[in-house]
Amino acid sequence: MRLKTNVKKIGWKKLAAGDILEAGSALNYHTGNWRSRRPVFEKKTCINCLKCWIFCPDAAIRIKNKKVFKIDLRYCKGCGICAVACPTNPKTIVMKNENQFKS
Amino acid sequence: MSGDEAVAEAMRQINPDVVAAYPITPATEIINIFSKLIAEGKVKSEFIAAESEHSALSAAIGASAAGVRAMTATASQGLALMHEMLYIAAGLRLPIVMPVANRALSSPINIHCDHSDTMGSRDAGWLQFYSENVQETYDNFIQAIKISEHPDVLLPTIVALDGFITSHSMQNLKILSDHAVKIFIGEYKPKRFLLDLKHPYSLGGFDLSDYFFEHKRQQSQAMKNSVGIIAKVAEKFEKISGRRYGFLEEYAMEDAQIALVGIGSFCGVAKVAIENLREKGIKAGLVKVRVFRPFPYKEISSALRKISLVAVMDRSDSLNNFGGPLFNEVRSALYDLAERPTVINYIYGLGGRDISVKEIENVLKKLAKTKIIKKIVNYLGVRE
Repeated sequence: MRLKTNVKKIGWKKLAAGDILEAGSALNYHTGNWRSRRPVFEKKTCINCLKCWIFCPDAAIRIKNKKVFKIDLRYCKGCGICAVACPTNPKTIVMKNENQFKS
Repeated sequence: MSGDEAVAEAMRQINPDVVAAYPITPATEIINIFSKLIAEGKVKSEFIAAESEHSALSAAIGASAAGVRAMTATASQGLALMHEMLYIAAGLRLPIVMPVANRALSSPINIHCDHSDTMGSRDAGWLQFYSENVQETYDNFIQAIKISEHPDVLLPTIVALDGFITSHSMQNLKILSDHAVKIFIGEYKPKRFLLDLKHPYSLGGFDLSDYFFEHKRQQSQAMKNSVGIIAKVAEKFEKISGRRYGFLEEYAMEDAQIALVGIGSFCGVAKVAIENLREKGIKAGLVKVRVFRPFPYKEISSALRKISLVAVMDRSDSLNNFGGPLFNEVRSALYDLAERPTVINYIYGLGGRDISVKEIENVLKKLAKTKIIKKIVNYLGVRE
């Protein structure tokens, strides 16, 4: 889903007063667009310590049954904190150049 | 009761959910008395002993945004310390009512009455009511709840009382029954509040230049809307109290030739001076400004249009090379009149300097004889 850039701006009469925004509007803003590096997750070496999930600033690491399940690329900005935090050798999460995934 | 005691009594009857406060002379008594009521279980309020006035108002803002009646109380430096939060409370459209016991802003440090504190925050977007005496303080406070919480307003209100002069002086007043106050203010039912989990939203976000102006325009409209609401609430208040309030109080203005414009306890003293001079044939009158924000420009223009000489009395100096705040706003309100009165300014009473009946009489006597005004801005009662 692309970020809307041609939204019609609301006038003061219809605008919600008191600087109120609807909750959860950040869900519509796919910051995954910002990536220049992509985290690649290798399930075989993962020990499910959940450090990547704890440290991810965008809550982009998804877990299921206390196991790392996938990385949500709609929101992952490619900061690489997950890769740095990963304790396994070889690393379970490795940062790769985003360009090689362009379709 | 003293002014502070009357505010605490009004607060007891209103029974707000949250009171967050920090002490400062001469407003401390309000919270002292109210805290005792909380400790005795006479009110349901949750008390937050904040570490500063900035925190106190911040806590009140949080509580009000969460969806309950929240209050704080302060004066002078305390009001100045919470300055940024004043703008935030107004911008977030939270109906917080706050008593301010007018006290001079430092420096030099002074704990006595002048209006520099609330005048210094006159553009923060809060409504401002000034009280002449303890009765008005009590009455203004109760009306303020209803005005602030009105859905077309949703702006915070400062109820000002003169520090020490009103806050600490014992005066007679009539209070309403607990039941009457409860019915008058009703239950606080905000349309949107943060603890409403069924309708979640974010409050206090960021605006770029594409939306900030629209939000401010809304605030401006709310202040405009408050004019009509203030009048309606005064009508309703008269029904339960027998006391009628307006934006101004016009005293001896029907046939006045010269007039004073003033705020607060000064007006009580001025009324005595005017009575004395009328016995001597000087037709003087007084316009007391009760509602300063929203600024009642129409009412002021109407009250003063037949007067030839107006002396605006300021208990604070804007230090701007052109007089005090009330003077500048009154003068501006009169500008559009076809026949403009001469408007001059007297700055008096700074730092609690007393103003006497005699001093006011002398001013009026001089003005009654004056043909040509030599100085527009004057200082009354200062040693040269």
